[in-house]
Amino acid sequence: MKKTLSLLGCVAGASLLLSQAALAQDCDTITLGSAISLTGKYATNGVHAKNGYEFAIQKIKDNGGVKVGDKCYNFEVIYYDDESKGDRGATLAERLVNQDKVQYMLGPYSSGLTKAIAPVTEKYKIPMVEAEGASRSLFNKGYKYLFAVLSTSEQYLASAVTLAAEKAQEAGKETSSVKVAVAVENDPFSLDIRAGVLDDAAKYNMEIVIDEKLPRDLSDMSAILTKVKLLKPDLLIISGHSKGAATAVRQIGEQKISTPMIAITHCEAADVTGNFGASANDFLCSTQWAETLTYEDPIFGTAANYEKEFKAAFPEYAEKKVPYQTAQASAAVYVFKDSFERAGTLDKEAVRDAISATDLQTFYGAIKFSEAGNNIAKPMVLRQIQNGEYNVVAPSAFASHPLNYPRTPQ
Amino acid sequence: MDQILGNISLLFEFPVVNLKIIIDGVMIGALFALAAYGLALVWGVMNVKNLAQGDFVIAGGYVAWYFTRQGVPPLFGVPLAFVVMWVIGWVVYKLVISRVIERDLFTSLLATFGLAIMMAQIMNLMFGSDTQSIQLKYDTLYFFDGFVDVPIAKLIGVTLASSLAVGVILFMKKSRMGQAIRATAQDARAARILGIDTEKVYAFTFSLNAAICGAAGAIIVMVWVIQPFYGISYSIRAFVIVTAAGLGNLPGVIAAGLGIGAAEQYGAHIFGIGYQQAIAVLLLLIVLLYRLIQQRRVRQSLN
Repeated sequence: MKKTLSLLGCVAGASLLLSQAALAQDCDTITLGSAISLTGKYATNGVHAKNGYEFAIQKIKDNGGVKVGDKCYNFEVIYYDDESKGDRGATLAERLVNQDKVQYMLGPYSSGLTKAIAPVTEKYKIPMVEAEGASRSLFNKGYKYLFAVLSTSEQYLASAVTLAAEKAQEAGKETSSVKVAVAVENDPFSLDIRAGVLDDAAKYNMEIVIDEKLPRDLSDMSAILTKVKLLKPDLLIISGHSKGAATAVRQIGEQKISTPMIAITHCEAADVTGNFGASANDFLCSTQWAETLTYEDPIFGTAANYEKEFKAAFPEYAEKKVPYQTAQASAAVYVFKDSFERAGTLDKEAVRDAISATDLQTFYGAIKFSEAGNNIAKPMVLRQIQNGEYNVVAPSAFASHPLNYPRTPQ
Repeated sequence: MDQILGNISLLFEFPVVNLKIIIDGVMIGALFALAAYGLALVWGVMNVKNLAQGDFVIAGGYVAWYFTRQGVPPLFGVPLAFVVMWVIGWVVYKLVISRVIERDLFTSLLATFGLAIMMAQIMNLMFGSDTQSIQLKYDTLYFFDGFVDVPIAKLIGVTLASSLAVGVILFMKKSRMGQAIRATAQDARAARILGIDTEKVYAFTFSLNAAICGAAGAIIVMVWVIQPFYGISYSIRAFVIVTAAGLGNLPGVIAAGLGIGAAEQYGAHIFGIGYQQAIAVLLLLIVLLYRLIQQRRVRQSLN
C-alpha cells in the first residue's frame, strides 16, 4: 500500500514537472547573480530586496518572459548570503563570476556592500544593476558597469530645505533668515545626506546653527535636543538609520521640541507611527517611493497595484507597508528585462550599452542613467505623517496632501 | 572650535540647562551603575571579567520587549527579565564560565568575548537588527518653562533601578548566601575549608549578575532603545565604572555610575553627541593614569 502511494506521488510529481516544463517550454533561462544580506545586521532589508527581485521575476514570467530577438527567456537568480559583510560580499561576487559563470548581477543591500562588490563586477566587466546602494561615492569612481535605479543619498532630505525656503517666502521672509539644525550619523550614507542639505542650504544662504554627528550606537540624543530648544532652528534634519528615527521621535515628543519643520529618514524601518503613535505626527520622512504615487508601467501596473499584488504574493507583508527597498529591487529586474529586449542579444557588452541607454517609465518612477550610472530621472519623495498616515507632500507635482506647517507638537 | 565655545557659553547663558543635563545624566547613570555593580560582583567573587556584560543587558531588554509584545504589561517586564536572565545566566555559568573560572585571565576574557559575539548574533537572528523599544503611556513632567523635562517613564525606571540596587545590597549584607558570597570573595580557599560550597556560590553570583543586567535592560528598553549590537557600549561603561570605583566599593560604583552618566551628557553638550562615549573612555584613561601614579607612590599589597 505504502509503495503504491509513493509511486502515485512520483507520478504526480513527474506530471507536475512535465506540465511546468510544457508551460515554460519555449523560454530559456538567463541567470543573474546576487550576493545579498540574508543574515547579519542588514538581514531585514536584505530579505526585502530579495523578495522584490523574486516578485519581479515571477511577474515578468507571467507576462511572457524576456523577449530577446525571437527567443524568450526567464530570469533566474543565484543568491549567496554575504552575512552583511563587505569582504564576504566581494568573495561571493568573485565566486558568482568565476564558478557560476554569471554574466549579469543584481546588487546587494546597502551602499557599503555595493562598494565592496562594484570593483569585482568592474574587473570582470559584468553589468550590475543595483537598487539598494545610494551613497554618492559609488558614482564618482568612474565605474562603467554599475547602474543604480534609486536616487542618490544626498537628495534624501535636500527637498526639505527647498520646502522650508518656500514656506519662508510664503510668510514674506528672506530665505536667509531660515535657521537649520543638522544631526546625522557618522557614516557614508548619512554624511551624503548632510552634504546635500548643506549644499542646498548654502544656495538659499540659510544659517546652520547646529551641525553634529550622531554616534553609531545612539540611544539618547537629549543633548542635541536641548540645544535645539535653545537655538530655535526653523528646520531640523535628522538621519541615523532606524535607531536615529526611533530616538528622535521619542525624545522630541518627550522634550516638546517645537521646531516648525522636522525631516528624518528611516521612518518605516523604525515603525515610528506604530511605536510612538501621535508623537510621530507631522514629521517629514523621505522615501524613494510611495505606493500613492501616480507612476505606472505595463508589467506592474500602477504603484498601488504593485503594492496590492506584492502583498498577495508575500502574505507576510499584509500587515505593513511594502518597503521601498522591495519596490526598487523589482525595478532593477525590470531594467534588465527592458535592456535585454532592446539589446536583442545576450552579449554582455551590448547589454551594458542598452542599460546605459535606458529611458524607462516604471511603477517605481522614471529611470534614466547618468554617465556615472546613477538614476537622474526620479525625484526623492517627502511624506508627512498626518494622523498616523504617510501622505506625500513634496515634490508638489506628486503631492497628494498639503503640508501641515508649522507642525503641532504633541 | 567656535561651536564648542558656543556650546559652553550656552551653559552660562541658560543655567537651567545644567540642571537638565545633570538630571538626564543621573537617570542614565543609574542604569550604568546597575550593570557595573553586577560586573563588580562577578569580578570580585570569581575573578572573571565578563565582557558579555552589556549583552546580558540587551538580552534582558529583548526579554521584556518580547513579553510586552505578547500582551504582558510593560512594568512586569522587569521582574520577568530578572527571572529569565537568571536562568540564562545559570546555563551560561554551567556551560562556559565554570570551565574557565580556575584558568588564567586570558582564557576567561576570551571565553566571555566569544560569548558576547554569540549572544549578539543570536539576538540578531531571533529579533532582527532593527532597534526596538517599549513606549510607556505615561506623561512627561515639565519644569522651568519646559526646559527640564522628566518623563514619568524614566522616573519609574530610575525608581525600579534604585529599589533593585537596595534589594541586592540588603541581600548581600543580611542573607546567608550574601555572606557566603562575600566570604568567597575575600578568600575562596578559606571559605571552602569553612564549609561553603564555592561552586554553588559562583553559580549563584553569576546568575545574580545576569539577572541584575537583565532587569537593567528591561528598564532601558522602556526609556531608550535597544539593538542586538548595543551590548558593547554598556560593557565598556561597566568596565569604566568598576575600574574607577574599585571592586567591592558599592557606594563608589553608584557614585561613579551617576558621575559618568552626567559627564557623558556634559561631553555630549560641549563637544557634540558623537563624542558622548569618548568621554567614558577618556575618563577610564584618566582613572588608570591616576591609579598608576598613586600606586607608584604607595606600595600596596593586594588583599
